[in-house]
Amino acid sequence: MDFDPFILSRIQFAANISFHILFPAITIGLGWILVYFRTRFTLSGDEDWEYAYYFWVKVFALTFALGVVSGVTMSFQFGTNWPGFMEKAGNIAGPLLGYEVLTAFFLEASFLSIMLFGKARVSNTLHLVSAALVAIGTTLSAFWILSLNSWMQTPDGYWIENGVLMVESWWDIIFNPSFPYRLAHMLVASLLTAAFLIAGVSAWRVRQNVDGPATWKVIRTGVFLAAVFAPLQAILGDLHGLNTLEHQPAKIAAMEGIWETQKGAPLTLFGFPDEANRTTHFAIEIPKAASLILTHELDGEVKGLDEFDGVHPPVAMVFWSFRIMVGIGLLMILVAWMCAYSLLKQRTCGPFALRALSWMTFSGWIAVLAGWYVTEIGRQPWVVSGVIKSVDVVADHPAGMLFTTLTAYLLLYVFLLASYIATLRYLSSKPARSLIAMQQQFPDNTGSTAKGVN
Amino acid sequence: MEQWLPLFFAGVMGLALLIYVILDGYDLGIGMLLPLAKDEEKDRMIDAIGPFWDANETWLVLGIGVLLIAFPKAHGMVLTALYLPVTLMLIGLILRGVAFDFRVKAQAQYKNMWNRLFFVGSVTAAVSQGWMLGAYVMGLNQDLISKLFSLGIALTLPALYVMLGCGWLFVKTDGALYNKAGRWARTAILPMGVGLFLISIATPIASPDIADKWFSLPAAIGLLPIPVTTAIAYALAYWVAGHDRILAAGYGWLVFASMLVICVMLALGLAYSIYPDIVIDKLSIHETAASTPSLKFAFVGVVVAVPMIFIYTIFIYRIFYGKANSLSYE
Repeated sequence: MDFDPFILSRIQFAANISFHILFPAITIGLGWILVYFRTRFTLSGDEDWEYAYYFWVKVFALTFALGVVSGVTMSFQFGTNWPGFMEKAGNIAGPLLGYEVLTAFFLEASFLSIMLFGKARVSNTLHLVSAALVAIGTTLSAFWILSLNSWMQTPDGYWIENGVLMVESWWDIIFNPSFPYRLAHMLVASLLTAAFLIAGVSAWRVRQNVDGPATWKVIRTGVFLAAVFAPLQAILGDLHGLNTLEHQPAKIAAMEGIWETQKGAPLTLFGFPDEANRTTHFAIEIPKAASLILTHELDGEVKGLDEFDGVHPPVAMVFWSFRIMVGIGLLMILVAWMCAYSLLKQRTCGPFALRALSWMTFSGWIAVLAGWYVTEIGRQPWVVSGVIKSVDVVADHPAGMLFTTLTAYLLLYVFLLASYIATLRYLSSKPARSLIAMQQQFPDNTGSTAKGVN
Repeated sequence: MEQWLPLFFAGVMGLALLIYVILDGYDLGIGMLLPLAKDEEKDRMIDAIGPFWDANETWLVLGIGVLLIAFPKAHGMVLTALYLPVTLMLIGLILRGVAFDFRVKAQAQYKNMWNRLFFVGSVTAAVSQGWMLGAYVMGLNQDLISKLFSLGIALTLPALYVMLGCGWLFVKTDGALYNKAGRWARTAILPMGVGLFLISIATPIASPDIADKWFSLPAAIGLLPIPVTTAIAYALAYWVAGHDRILAAGYGWLVFASMLVICVMLALGLAYSIYPDIVIDKLSIHETAASTPSLKFAFVGVVVAVPMIFIYTIFIYRIFYGKANSLSYE
């Protein structure tokens, strides 16, 4: 098999960004959950909330470190593999990335230290403020990077001079048409990822009898968060989809597997899209439902892939990723409501509900990745929709070198992911006693005693 | 506006990268010294950098970010040319960064593995950075002389980082570890000095452009303070590190201060050698600058945010002031 350097660079970028997004997807949401735990502790003085805080701040630190180091890789990737992108769109992409570094990265990195080491050195108020600043930092980071990503999807506020994109209006660039939808969708996705992570891990702890007094409080937090935000996410997703229909109809056509423009288009629930023959095999369809969802009319016209002269994203991957994302989303609503119902009725969850929660621990990751594949693969063949094609900005590296670095990255990521999950499991298996011991030792905060609990 | 904005950003980029070299330099140096220490000392060494490393590494992201904001063409050219060392450096920084957390959070039997990976990551990052710096000074040329030059810096920069690491250990530790840092510094300081000296001689020989800039009158006289200050700082570090009694009296911090002066002087010399190019002989600061509206927008962010970053960085260093045995990396 001959490797195409362009495809290899794309796979490498996809690998780097996929690995990276796993960790911010947790920390953006978990940052705010930590603020909540810390606030509850501050207001009530109830130590359970402090146990919850110290357990999850450890997970946060580990997750954050993985996010930081994989994010550093991202800031170099544009130059190493996609120099043409910065040559053409640098006037717009550069400052947006710069604002992310300036407003978010230093803030997060600096005040996280207080959350991790500050117990004996700062007041509770400053500790709480630091937790809030870190959460604000992660959210600001999401703001800027999603602004840039959305601009690449729905570019606005620019003009072109000698093939280079110039700024017309920063306001139109930052608040481009798809940005509010994508930002809301991603922030809620992160809250859901974190909610299912904390509920799932805590449910596992209960089932393994390693629960401390705080564990049920964490389960309740996660379940109720999910019960509110999972259905909200479905609504946001629908609005996001309508926005995409307006600005990137080719992506919607690929998501729904609609080959030809038609009125009263059916919704394909399941099937195997075949791009060569422009058909979907074994399609299970609901008549007129796609038109109803996308145009809110039974006989509304939906543009098909035939409208785009072959300039549309690869269909099967977008089609399947979309179904995986929606499937996980529906499962989240189901599990969250089931558990919320039993928590409200019986103030506890049965073994089945606990098992379901621990199965759902990493469901957010799958949904987030699938969702990003829909939107990013759905943008192809463009790097900036309708303006710059991906193939025109790639660096001219030999395939062998790219293959080597790609293999190195993949091996490293598999190793780190396995270590992350194993470490999370190990931390979760530690009995509540050790959390209490940790709590008692923190006031003197001497190196040796605090380490004893590791 | 058009005239000084690119220069302003070149300055910010240089400053960010200088701060990176000093701050993450001591992190990476301590990482490279890790295998020489006993197990409980390893914990204290990590404690000494634990609260700081993450923000320290962010200066690299800022430096590269400013390169991207202000000189997008140079960003592409430099990073594409340095593809392999950049990739190695990133893998090194990833291993080093995650090892901080894994070594204390994973099961105890894996702690040694993560300590080793901490070391491997630190060495890989330091050597790759040295290679990148060398290739950059040589104008990204691929000939043998440029490669030998890059190799020279790839070996010298880790020695400089080790010296910064020793200096930081003098600041943040005491007792047996402090004394050990003295021994390490005495071993590292001569190779570092020889390396820096050889590089200073080799640079004008390998690059006629740089030779012209340094050895024409009256520039040569005006530039004299740079090598002289470097030599004085080096002599001071050498003298302090070489005398146990002075170290024992608590003057180890002078080694760190001297290293700081050396780094600033090297940066000034480098900046003078490169100016007004951003990639020597290939791209000048002005011809690669991003468009003025983009620079203006980014300028506002830099002017507002960078002083704030300085303020809360100092605030964090004040909170974690003192010897590291009262910190713990949980």
